[in-house]
Amino acid sequence: MSIARRKFDCLVIGAGGGGLRAALQLAEGEAHVAVVSKVFPTRSHTVAAQGGMNAALGNVLPDNWHWHMYDTIKGSDFLADQDAVEYMCRAAPRLVIELEHYGVPFTRLDNGRIYQRQFGGQSQNFGGAQAARTCPAADRTGHAILHTLYQQNIKARTHFFDEFFAIDLLRDADGYVLGALVLEIETGEPLVIEAKTTLIATGGAARMYRTSTNAMINTGDGMAMALRAGIPLQDMEFMQFHPTGIAGFGMLITEAARGEGGYLLNSQGERFMERYAPNAKDLASRDVVARAIEVEVREGRGCGPNKDYIHLKIDHLGAELIKSKLPGIRELSMRFAHVDPIEAPMPVYPTAHYTMGGIPTNRFGQVVAPVQTGPEEPVPGLYAVGECACVSIHGANRLGGNSLLDIVVFGRAAGNHILEYLKDSRYHRTLTETSIEPALQHLLRWDAKGDGESADKLAEELRRTMEQHCGVFRTQEILDQGVAKVLKLRERLQNARLRDHSKVFNTARIEAFETENLMEVALATVVSAAARHESRGAHSRVDYPERDDLQWLKHTLYSRDAQRLDYKPVRMKPLTVDSFPPKKRVY
Amino acid sequence: MKFSIYRYNPETDSKPRMQDYELPDDCGAIMLLDALLLLKQQDDSLSFRRSCREGVCGSDGMNINGRNGLACILQLDTLKQPITLRPLPGLPVIRDLIVDLTQFYNQYRTVKPWLINKDPEPEIERLQSPEERARLDGLYECVLCACCTTACPSFWWNPDRFLGPAALLQANRFLNDSRDQATGERLDDLDDPFRLFRCHTIMNCTDVCPKGLNPAKAIGHIRQLLLKRVL
Repeated sequence: MSIARRKFDCLVIGAGGGGLRAALQLAEGEAHVAVVSKVFPTRSHTVAAQGGMNAALGNVLPDNWHWHMYDTIKGSDFLADQDAVEYMCRAAPRLVIELEHYGVPFTRLDNGRIYQRQFGGQSQNFGGAQAARTCPAADRTGHAILHTLYQQNIKARTHFFDEFFAIDLLRDADGYVLGALVLEIETGEPLVIEAKTTLIATGGAARMYRTSTNAMINTGDGMAMALRAGIPLQDMEFMQFHPTGIAGFGMLITEAARGEGGYLLNSQGERFMERYAPNAKDLASRDVVARAIEVEVREGRGCGPNKDYIHLKIDHLGAELIKSKLPGIRELSMRFAHVDPIEAPMPVYPTAHYTMGGIPTNRFGQVVAPVQTGPEEPVPGLYAVGECACVSIHGANRLGGNSLLDIVVFGRAAGNHILEYLKDSRYHRTLTETSIEPALQHLLRWDAKGDGESADKLAEELRRTMEQHCGVFRTQEILDQGVAKVLKLRERLQNARLRDHSKVFNTARIEAFETENLMEVALATVVSAAARHESRGAHSRVDYPERDDLQWLKHTLYSRDAQRLDYKPVRMKPLTVDSFPPKKRVY
Repeated sequence: MKFSIYRYNPETDSKPRMQDYELPDDCGAIMLLDALLLLKQQDDSLSFRRSCREGVCGSDGMNINGRNGLACILQLDTLKQPITLRPLPGLPVIRDLIVDLTQFYNQYRTVKPWLINKDPEPEIERLQSPEERARLDGLYECVLCACCTTACPSFWWNPDRFLGPAALLQANRFLNDSRDQATGERLDDLDDPFRLFRCHTIMNCTDVCPKGLNPAKAIGHIRQLLLKRVL
């Protein structure tokens, strides 16, 4: 079988904010860059980010990057790598300004500068008064940033392969990544994209849960590709549940609703967060607020006929503020919950939101993995940024407003590092048929005919399993059952069959590939969670309720091969400042 | 619940056909997209685009009972049965409800949808007052779903020469931006009997926009700017 080939300096897989920011850096740096995306770029999930992007501009209240760094590390429950966090927080102000210069329509203050709102887990002066650090474009910040980055890429004449689905990475015998095998969705034809460097920017995998804020495309494709290429995934047990998804649906109601002055109420009309976080109250870290809501509902203080949600009240903020600063979530609430938040509180409940773990990288975006049993080393030619990557700046719990920052900072950093790498790698390495063969076999997988279960049904079972066995509160027994169930589902998936075998825009086939990816990443998540015998950030063990720094201040590495687990130390040493040692985390 | 859905697979069908589908009333679907996902479980060959399922990504634009809209934010119980679904009109159909949007995206790119400012970059943000920023509201929120442009008869007749309401809305977004310095250049490009002036204020665009935006008003504003220039 002869497959068409294209050659580029760099292949970017994924066209969300991370992929587009990297591509822009590369295109402006005169590299020949191709962006492959399974959806048209502006449909990527960055579009749904609402509240804003953190940077210590100090436009509203005093601020500096060092305080931002402290908050991020405390928010991470001390699992973040401190060199990467310092790098990110220092770069933040400059990169927000850069986005503004690109044209992002940020909300403004009377003096013409960018407005900054309060968000969870932010403080002045290392744990003091609330800070105001989050730069928004109303509550459509992701939309504004994604569209702007796409526009800048059109201007820079980046090559786009819209609606191409990446099947697998191509790796040679020396371990170099030489591009990917992709599928043109419209024609059903495969294409080999050869590249000296490949950057994975495929986003998160919260679609493994039944209720999720995530778009249907968030199936962890890049993470699964990395696993199949023999690269481990890091810290997958840390899945963020956003405290305020629309109850029963999961659509996100931004933390900005609380940042602007909204608060949570239980069925007794009590502001219960005062009990859980006496200082920060409703603006405690997301893991803290999500647990509080679950406890309130469990103890019978939920709202509604079934007492299964909590109220988020913002009506006291006034119609004008809501219409100007929170128009998007008002629209969502009216449409899905039939509640106009100007008049009544919104029904909310914690919802799977963000994958803190992912493909291990350093702060240059290089994918790093241990070579056999040795220390970790960069995988030559491979990079990853954004939610699919784990640098790690989010550790065990991400702060709101740090994900848009993450994609811009590390998208740019990876772009720069790739430009350096290209200087020393002037020619493509030889890509042989042997390197393509495994990907090709995978591509043909869903051409198998005959009877079998549908992949779609198994995906639904997977989402239920993850909800029941790997949710906000976890125990050994429930997690172990979860591992067994996901393994079983993965086995059944091998015998699943498609009914539709047509080539042209066969979405059933794409969904089947996505289900395979989701299954691998879900297994990584539940296996990693079952092994971590402590509670840290978003990983809450009822049977191990305390954080255990002696044994567990380390990153998990999950390999697909026999679900092996390894661990590596947290980088506690920042670039220039003193380390923030672990201490008790209270809000 | 009864549905009648446009089906066309170029590999097997010589021409398109309408296919009937049914779902039990208590299937739990609330939005039209929920129903489509259930129907796809019955028949995995039924093809449509979708992603965010909350009206922000713009993937699932289609013609619903004769009117363009986003399936994910249209409530089923507001739709008359049988719910008739067709691809967005006026563009080549790839398969079922999936159209080829190449022309639509090309027109978008034509208006140079990026900020043009030739001054040296300041160390801080370019200042913009809240009032100046407010002039971008109703423009920057476009999700590029193509509902407006494919509802426009002027675009149907001249898809290669008339920019269409979505691209013109984008053009106006940058004309309205106090930070943009290319007003003259942009207006030169738009001052054309086809690119802009094929708009006959039929207003379908504004009527169907699922985000409640007003492309017709944006087009009116561009006309005003052009008029001011010659006066």
